[in-house]
This record gives sequence, structure tokens and C-alpha cells, in this order.
Amino acid sequence: MLSALLVVAGLALGFGLLLGFAAKKYHVEGDPLADKIDKLLPQTQCGQCTFPGCRPYAEAIAKGEADINQCPPGGETTIQALAELMGVEPKPLNSENGTTPATPLVAIIDEYNCIGCTLCIQACPVDAIVGASKHMHTVITAECTGCKLCLPPCPVDCIDMIPAHSKPTQWKWPYPSDTLQIQHAPKPESEAA
Amino acid sequence: MSTLTNKLWRNHGGLHLPEHKTISTQQPVQCLSAANLPELVIPLLQHARFYPEPVVKVGNNVYKGQALAKAKGYSSLPIHASTSGQIIAIEPRPIPHLSGLNDTCIILKPDGLDTWTPERLEPLANYTDYTAERLRQRICGAGIVGLGGAVFPAALKLETQGTALHTLIINGAECEPYITCDDMLMREKAQEIIAGIQIILHIFHEHTDPKGLHCLIGIEDNKPEALQAMQQTLAHSQDSRIQVVAIPTIYPSGGEKQLIHILTGREVPSGQRPLNVGILCHNVATTRAIYRAVVLGEPLISRYVTITGSGIKAPQNVEVPLGMPIKHLIAAAGGYTQHQPALVMGGPMMGINLANDTLPVVKATNCILVEAAIQPPPALPCIRCGKCADVCPVSLLPQQLYWHARARHLDALEHHHLFDCIECGCCSYVCPSHIPLVDYYRFAKGEVLKQRETQEKAELARARHEFRQERLERLKREKAEKLAQHKKASQEPTAPSSEVDSKKVAIQAALDRVKAKKSPAPSVSEDKPA
Repeated sequence: MLSALLVVAGLALGFGLLLGFAAKKYHVEGDPLADKIDKLLPQTQCGQCTFPGCRPYAEAIAKGEADINQCPPGGETTIQALAELMGVEPKPLNSENGTTPATPLVAIIDEYNCIGCTLCIQACPVDAIVGASKHMHTVITAECTGCKLCLPPCPVDCIDMIPAHSKPTQWKWPYPSDTLQIQHAPKPESEAA
Repeated sequence: MSTLTNKLWRNHGGLHLPEHKTISTQQPVQCLSAANLPELVIPLLQHARFYPEPVVKVGNNVYKGQALAKAKGYSSLPIHASTSGQIIAIEPRPIPHLSGLNDTCIILKPDGLDTWTPERLEPLANYTDYTAERLRQRICGAGIVGLGGAVFPAALKLETQGTALHTLIINGAECEPYITCDDMLMREKAQEIIAGIQIILHIFHEHTDPKGLHCLIGIEDNKPEALQAMQQTLAHSQDSRIQVVAIPTIYPSGGEKQLIHILTGREVPSGQRPLNVGILCHNVATTRAIYRAVVLGEPLISRYVTITGSGIKAPQNVEVPLGMPIKHLIAAAGGYTQHQPALVMGGPMMGINLANDTLPVVKATNCILVEAAIQPPPALPCIRCGKCADVCPVSLLPQQLYWHARARHLDALEHHHLFDCIECGCCSYVCPSHIPLVDYYRFAKGEVLKQRETQEKAELARARHEFRQERLERLKREKAEKLAQHKKASQEPTAPSSEVDSKKVAIQAALDRVKAKKSPAPSVSEDKPA
């Protein structure tokens, strides 16, 4: 009886020490859950979720302070992925945060009207606008996330959002359109029968 | 040595299709001239991936063979003027592409003279005197792409990458029904093809397998004339490294990995290039273009195109300057027989539908197929018969791929090797429910690529955003530090204090001197100014 207790107590102590040591030795800086959530977010850094960027939103979700349906650029795909990660039911996008654009957008500066005020450069969360004071600015299309944060500061309203994919090299084959026919095809047969 | 008997391997699947090839091989190849056309439409992007940069402006006069756009970065190729004339516009025009979208084209108005540029590429007749790198540069500079259909830059394919080459395979299979441009090319230009092969063999002479390098020309046995022409020419050239091999006619034996398997019995691993296993594969038309670029100094400005189908009066092959609108080819082949013909670029299995006949001939155009427009029968539910799996030449599971593509299960699709699908269309052809299976695979490939692109873009945006945050914080910190320094400086009036200090020091020094003067006996008096 006593020996059994001693063995169990010894084991408990041993494992306790091991766990304590492992917790110290393999300690991970930061919040691994927030990292995982951040990986699923589209990194648009648009702030439509009411947080100042994707990382703060990810941290808020991890802490349970924000819902998973506040990211309009991510849309349904992101909500699905987040729901899977968090182990909750997916829900529709919160319309208060905005709507998902049908196609990805990029900003384009009307170079004739740009006065070179640098306000948009300061607003861009990913440094995708180049230019200098009193010189024309331009958007690096490959790096623009389409967050629209450069639109409000522009004093001459010379920035437009255009669809990102319009070149044939970026074109993707659409979903085959025979689906409806598959659903309708058996109907006449059953009616006939 | 040329022979018709060689050990061959059998590929999985495949189909025996009605060939329809003889209708377009009855006439010799007609060479069309661009000189008297109202305009040529030359799309900037005629090869895979990256756009070249135009070097001409609207209003410029150009010569035949002059570069219109130059390569910009890796995997980009120049394009050249197919005839002499004036650039009248550089604007988006419809191009022969699956998307039906517009793309930037250079519009050339021929002057009718067809004058070659005086700054022609220098002919390298003795190509063995030049390094492989020089020859690759020439092939790249001539804008040569794989003319079999993939339009991958030929010079990139000729890069050695450290692997020793043991077999060069020349693809003359031309397995798709109706298409005969490679057949006619082999009949008429066998000499140029063999010379092109010799150039490729020379490029690899430093990266040859110790056991030697040999070349197999694979030609389907439904082209006896081409086989004969190639063999005769080969016998003349007496090159023992090259061998002509007749292979059984079965679609799709002309696929790169399929032909390699039939001829050598080797499988190219999934996701790898043939060069990884020491094999290189080029199309016969590409080989001929390489010969013309190296030995004659001619850029790729024309190609053989089959114009065929029941909707054409006189089906035949034509040598066409690139950029010529398709309607001129149709006129050269006697015009349409029907009122509402459907146009396809490529063959009936893998071709793409064209909206109209004003689209130009590009480097990828091997065939224009004109048939009566027919509505495809409606798709019915899959009955799981498994015929698609029987015919798949890549031994995939088309039915599984179909279900996963329908459900957009992208991970499962990659697990089932979606990207090994060569889109040959065998599965769609045999499907008793008429399901457009290949369309589903194309859609699924696009979705997977889109997902990867989005992921990459998100990573880039995150990195840039983090860098920006760091920079802003650093600037803030530096500003705060500077401010703190200024504050410190203003609180402690250092300048006056140091003045006081120096005065004190001076007084002390004077006192010391006085003491020193007084303490010893007055011996030497010195006048001190202070």
C-alpha cells in the first residue's frame, strides 16, 4: 500500500518537474493562437474590422474580444477557415463592417490630377505608393492590397479603385456552367414516368 | 543510322480517334505574304508568363525582322515585325486566348515592300565555333518558343542546369486529329529539322552523359511520307546520333511525358521536368525555328498552320507571317462552305474556341479548325462507369477529380495529382454523360493557383506592413530621443558652467604659480603675463 503510494507520488513529482522544465525550456514568445488566426486573415490591413490592422484583429479574436465575421476582404472563405480553427459555427459577414468586393481591387492614381501632397503615402499601410512632395505619386500595383485607406485623405480625389485581374495571364477558368442542366435533366423523365 | 524498329513502351489509356488528317495534306504548303494586307495584329504576349517591353512607337517605320518589343527579365521574349511597314497603333485588341479578353497588340500596316532589316541578326553558319551560351542567347533573341502548343521559351528549356543529357527527343508525333502542320513540315523541311537537331546536340555537347547523347525523332505511323522524308534526309546527313522512330498512332502520344515514356520507357516524376531524368523534348517546328535563327539569323516571324475542317473549301497547310488575321488564311484556303462556322484554334480535343475570324495568328497557332457549329449535348449525372479512368494517359482518377472539383475540395484535388492532368480531353470524350470533365479540372487548377497567389500576396502584405510599423516606431523613438536630448541640453546650461569651470581652473593655476614662486628662494625671476 505504502510502496504504491510512494511510487505514484514519485511519478507525479517526476512528471511535474518534467512538465515544469519543458514549459520553461520550450516557452513560445507571443500568442500562438493569434499567429494562426493572423495567417488566415487576408492581410489587407484595411481596418474595416474596426481594429488597426490584421494582427490586432487576430489578437482580439484570440482573446475572445472580437467575432470571426468582421473581415469583409476575406469574406466567406476567411470566416469558414476561422470557424474551423476556433471550433465554432461559421456565420454570415457582419454587414456593419462592409461588403466583400466581387473582384479584388487595386488603387490607381490619376497622374494628371495628382498634386504631390504625400497624404496617401502616409495613409498606405503597406508602403505601396511611391512619390515625393510636389512630385507625382504612383501605386505599386503588385503590392497594393486594395484597402482603400488612401482614398479619404486625397484632397483632389484623384485615386480610383479598379479590378486587379484583367490581363489574360491572370484569367482563371470559370466554374463549368452545366450544373443547372444536371439538376434539370432528370425532371422531364420523372414527369414522363 | 535510321531505323523503324526500336523497342517501344505502351502508355496507359489513350484513344483511337478518327484522324481526318488526309484532307489537309493533299496540297503543297502555300506561303502567304503579309505585304499587301491592310494590317497585322501582333500581340505582345505570345509565350508563357511575362510581357516584353515595346521598343517602337506609333508612327515608326519598321523593317521585316526588326524587334518590336524587347525581353524584360527572365522568361520574357522579344517579338519581331513579320513584314516591313508602319506602326499605326499600340492598343488592346482581342487575342486568341481562352478568356476572350483584350490584350496589348502592336498594329503594323505593311508597306508592301517586305524589306528585311539592315540590322539583321548575324548568321552563325559555323555554329560549332560558338559557345552554348551564345547560341542560347541567339535562340532567345529570335523569340523562339515551343511551337508544339505550350509556347514555353525554347532558350529556357535549353538551359543545362547541371544535369547530364542522354536522350534528346524530337516530337513529330502530332497525335491530335485534323492537325497536319508538323507532318507537312517534316515532308518539306526535313533538312532544316535535322540541322536544328544538330544545333541542339551541340548546345549540350559539354553536358552530355558519359554514355553518350543520342536523339530519337518520334513520328506516329500514320505519317508514312513524313517518316520517309526524315529517314532519307537522315541517311544523307550520316549522323549516327540521330534515329527516326515510328510509334503507334494513339491519342495523346504527342504529349511530352507520354512520348518520353513510349520511346524510352522512363517516367518523368510528377512536378519535375524531363531534364531532371536526363531527357529533353522539343517539337519539330521548334527545331526548324532554331535552325533558321542560328544559321540564317532569322527571328521567329512565321509558322506553318493547318487550315482544315468540313467548313473550309480547300483544306491545306500554309506558312503564315505571325499577326495575320485568320480571315486571310481562310480566304487563301478557298473560304467557308457554311454560313455559320465555328472556329477552333488547335485541334478538336484541346483547341480553344475563337469568337471570330479577325483574331491574329500567334506563335501558338498550329491549326485553324472550321466545323459546323454544334451545341454540346447537355451533361447528365455521373453514372460512375469508370471509362474516364481507363482512357486517362496519366493514370489519374478523373472521376474522383471531378467530384472534388465540383465540391471545390482543393486539398483533395492536389492529393489526387490534379496538376499532372495534361488536359488532353480523353475523359470528356468517352464520358457517356457528356460531362465536360476537363473544364472542371481547368477550373480547379485556376482555383488552386488563385489560392496560392492570394497566400503569397498576403505574406508580402504582412511583411511590408510589419516593416512599416517597425519603421514608424523607430522614427518615433528616434524623435523622442532627440527631443529628450534637446530638453536635457536646455535644462543644464552647459556652456556657462564650463566657462565658470575654466575660470576656476585658471585662478587655481595662477594661485599655484604664485605659491610656487613664493616657496623656494627667489633665484630666477620670470615675468608672467597672467
